[in-house]
Amino acid sequence: MSVLDSLVRTARRRSPWLFHLNAGSCNGCDIELVACLTPRYDVEQLGIRLEGSPRHADIVVVSGPVTRTTRAAVETVYAQVPDPKVVVALGSCPASCNVFAGSPTVEGPLDRILPVDVYVPGCPPRPDAIIAGIAEAIALLADGGKA
Amino acid sequence: MTIGHALLQLLVFPGLLYAVPAAWLMLWIERKLRARLQGRIGPPFYQPFFDFVKLLSKRPLPRPRLQALAMSALPVLAVASTLGALALLPVFPGSGGFSGDLVLLVALLELPPLCAVLAGFVSRSIFGELGATREAVLSISYNLPFLAALVALAAAAGSLSLSAISEQALWQVRLPALLALALCLPIKLRVNPFSVANAEQEIYAGATTEFEGPRLALWELSHGLEWVALTGLWAILAFPVAGAAWPLRAVVFVVISLALVLGITAVAAATARLKVAQAARVYWQWGFALGVLALVVSMVWP
Repeated sequence: MSVLDSLVRTARRRSPWLFHLNAGSCNGCDIELVACLTPRYDVEQLGIRLEGSPRHADIVVVSGPVTRTTRAAVETVYAQVPDPKVVVALGSCPASCNVFAGSPTVEGPLDRILPVDVYVPGCPPRPDAIIAGIAEAIALLADGGKA
Repeated sequence: MTIGHALLQLLVFPGLLYAVPAAWLMLWIERKLRARLQGRIGPPFYQPFFDFVKLLSKRPLPRPRLQALAMSALPVLAVASTLGALALLPVFPGSGGFSGDLVLLVALLELPPLCAVLAGFVSRSIFGELGATREAVLSISYNLPFLAALVALAAAAGSLSLSAISEQALWQVRLPALLALALCLPIKLRVNPFSVANAEQEIYAGATTEFEGPRLALWELSHGLEWVALTGLWAILAFPVAGAAWPLRAVVFVVISLALVLGITAVAAATARLKVAQAARVYWQWGFALGVLALVVSMVWP
């Protein structure tokens, strides 16, 4: 591996920027994700930044069971993220639709729509679990993403 | 100024070789100090460098040809003009510059905001256009005191050359002019309380919302270079050691620049974002008052 390759790998590991996408979530997981930015957990010390624009992101964090109204937005936003990118399913909803399974307005789980790389189960997951999930996503990202 | 001298200023100090690491250092200081003041630990010092490398390594998205060209050319122009502005700063004695380099410096410093406005519109995103509109409105408001202060300094020194101003302008003019310039720094750097133009989490990232990968990396670099150039300009104009040897001048230049970064960040961390009208009012009232004071003093007390 050349010096340039290892520099790029290190840079990807040290500077993962997240885009958070709410696909019909109840806001529980969203609050826990934002808690990761607070002084208690402070993910900025790992170089993680929550970005407003999907164009800036490396990791897409999706919460919610993907409702019928959000499906098009999920697909558009995923296409707007430049490669390499990794998808994290935040909470039980994108993994299994949770209590919304079988609802006619739900088109999830998320892996029917996007290639999911990391699952963080929980309803909602604790910030520690979210950080652990993002760390797994970072390792995938350093290898250039799975997809 | 010989060609060799000009190249040395452009490529070594205070140009490329100094400015790029200094830009990353200042971006880090800004993030780190803000985090510490908020009770967080904050990013490690290599963070802006790795952000830059990572963004360069991202694959650009396919776009229409003309839009892709414009979106690549604008951040390149912003970086180049800021580097040019830096090269004009007379840190070394006798590096002289030329008569009228103040005018060129103002023009070069005004190019990055102009590029950001064009970038916001060329990206054809509603958030980019919102950010660009706000940036344009604010640039009208802050340029009034900024230019008034520079004109007052030039009138006091009787010259449009930067090194002459830095050495000859009287302190009774310099003081209100430097205050007016200091007031303009946060808004030119788009930090709180004057961050409506890129209002994070409100209009996403303003003008740069649609920029990705290498193009965004260049915007980040240009933003860092703006920190170096604007604090550097202030340091040059506030130089307390006009007749000193060059190593001392270089050290004082860097120390004043870094102190300014700390001050601006502390204010940013302690304040909330103002609306466009409120921010414009600050500059058209307080900034205007300081600028006019400097102008009047330079005319009646030469």
